[in-house]
Amino acid sequence: MTSTEKTPTLSPVADAPAAGASHEAEQAYFDALITEDSRVEPRDWMPEKYRKTLTRQVSQHAHSEIIGMQPEANWITRAPSLKRKAILMAKVQDEAGHGLYLYSAAETLGTPRHVLNEQLLEGRAKYSSIFNYPARTWADMGAIGWLVDGAAICNQVPLCRASYGPYGRAMVRICKEESFHQRQGWEILYELSHGTEAQKKMAQDAVNRFYGPALQMFGPPDADSPNSQQSMNWNIKRFSNDELRQRFVDMMVPQAEALGLTLPDPDIKWNEERGHYDYGPLDWDEFHSVIQGKGPCNVQRMQRRRAAHDEGAWVREAAAEYARKNAEQHAELMGA
Amino acid sequence: MSYASFESATRHSEGESIIAEDIATSGVQASEAVARYALALGDDALMLGQRLAHWISRAPELEEDIALGNIALDLIGHARFFLTYAGTAWGKTEDDLAYFRDEEEFRSVRLAEQENGDFGQTIARQLIFSYYQYELYTELMKSEDPTLAAIAAKALKEVEYHQDHATAWALRLGIGTEEANRRLQEGLYYMWPYIDELFYDFEPVAELPGVAVVPSTLRARFEERLHATIAEAQLQVPDVPQARGGDRSGVMSEHRGHILTELQVLARAHPGATW
Ligand SMILES: [Fe+2]
Ligand SMILES: [Fe+2]
Repeated sequence: MTSTEKTPTLSPVADAPAAGASHEAEQAYFDALITEDSRVEPRDWMPEKYRKTLTRQVSQHAHSEIIGMQPEANWITRAPSLKRKAILMAKVQDEAGHGLYLYSAAETLGTPRHVLNEQLLEGRAKYSSIFNYPARTWADMGAIGWLVDGAAICNQVPLCRASYGPYGRAMVRICKEESFHQRQGWEILYELSHGTEAQKKMAQDAVNRFYGPALQMFGPPDADSPNSQQSMNWNIKRFSNDELRQRFVDMMVPQAEALGLTLPDPDIKWNEERGHYDYGPLDWDEFHSVIQGKGPCNVQRMQRRRAAHDEGAWVREAAAEYARKNAEQHAELMGA
Repeated sequence: MSYASFESATRHSEGESIIAEDIATSGVQASEAVARYALALGDDALMLGQRLAHWISRAPELEEDIALGNIALDLIGHARFFLTYAGTAWGKTEDDLAYFRDEEEFRSVRLAEQENGDFGQTIARQLIFSYYQYELYTELMKSEDPTLAAIAAKALKEVEYHQDHATAWALRLGIGTEEANRRLQEGLYYMWPYIDELFYDFEPVAELPGVAVVPSTLRARFEERLHATIAEAQLQVPDVPQARGGDRSGVMSEHRGHILTELQVLARAHPGATW
């Protein structure tokens, strides 16, 4: 293939260009994969910008999973029943697993995990702003599961079809677990909203605090999201921020009714014409200020991550040294 | 007795193995003595599970967040079995027993209550405790009480993993670097004084021949295997005196109250509530 002509849609993508093929041939092959809605794999040539965009997105996603463990870990030791404690532990553990899958996917793009980790620890990489809010009460475990994991599902289900193979496949595994996470959040809130007055109040208060930030998890409004279009052209993103946000609101309104809880937005109203719920404006100033580091827990979250990393240094070093000594001994035995 | 499996959103066990809800709904009722025995084993698992859970999001690497979280989760699972079973004697639930007993009513060994310290100290505690539990459950599987035997069979599979995890880390830390060797050795010194209590023949063991495992009978095998691992990891068996008060009463423990303060705070703020 030497021209940049798009492969006809119905025919399969031709064989990958041989090693040493011209830049045009590589670009054409990549374009054809995207046009065909096929998968780009680590061995395939890809534009530098595609690689960079994905590395940023996948590693930010991984960082979010890891930082996101902290607000929920805050309640593991105080969970009000042993069953809830066990479920919450399993959930937070899953999030660590998600971080691992995603770091592995990011590594296939050429940046090693320890470099990505340094970017996080040095404050050069971002993670989802929602995790800079405190988890103050047990009901927050419900609100986080229901709203935050719920928003994550809306975001992530389309990512299962992302053009980059390792990312899409990681998302398939992750989405399965996220639906369990949302369900446990729902169950927590359901118990609370059907419990004592104090429990109901706790549940409503948590939803009041997490609803707005959860809606902001989809990113800024489309008009203020200049990079979205490129990601959509590359089949990384399938729906715009506002489309996903709308989908989420439409999903949550009836669920909130079933829970007997109120979403803290007086403007929510069914719009017959659009076939969607209308909703009120979000506080984007707050969103941007949290991203800029002014969130209630930004410093605390980073401090915890750095402390875990620093205090674990001697452990990782010992493990590496032990592995080296073992390999050496093995080599000696083989050479003897 | 059979424990049929059923579908549940929150069920972690797979297949035919026992889960806490099965015990609660099976209609079995532990005798007073069996309940007091089960309570002690449940309290051990609960205290250590609670301690280990604190590592989640703080471990030296992500893989360890997952591994220590797994172990903590297993232990909370074991606590749920034993406390549920104990509760059948008194018409109480696992949560009544975990959340609404006072400090002096717990029967945990002090080893399980010791602080996490650094990773070396935690691994020292894991090493001792998992080797002990391995011997305990291996014997308890043969109990004439089918519920205790079923719990032990399930727990043993998981404790085998806990033991492998602790052993692998003992070797890495002991042989890896001088600093790691020193830290793990220190951890062993801190934990060693509480070993006697693991093998204390507490009441009601004597009342339950063939049902309860006599702790003192486990010691020889435990020591043989643990000392071998310590030597392989290029560490020393600490030569330190045993701490007095090794009778599971908690009278000689400062840690138990702090653990319970955190564990129970929310449940006790809302007595009678369901979650
Ligand atoms: Fe996740
Ligand atoms: Fe999740």
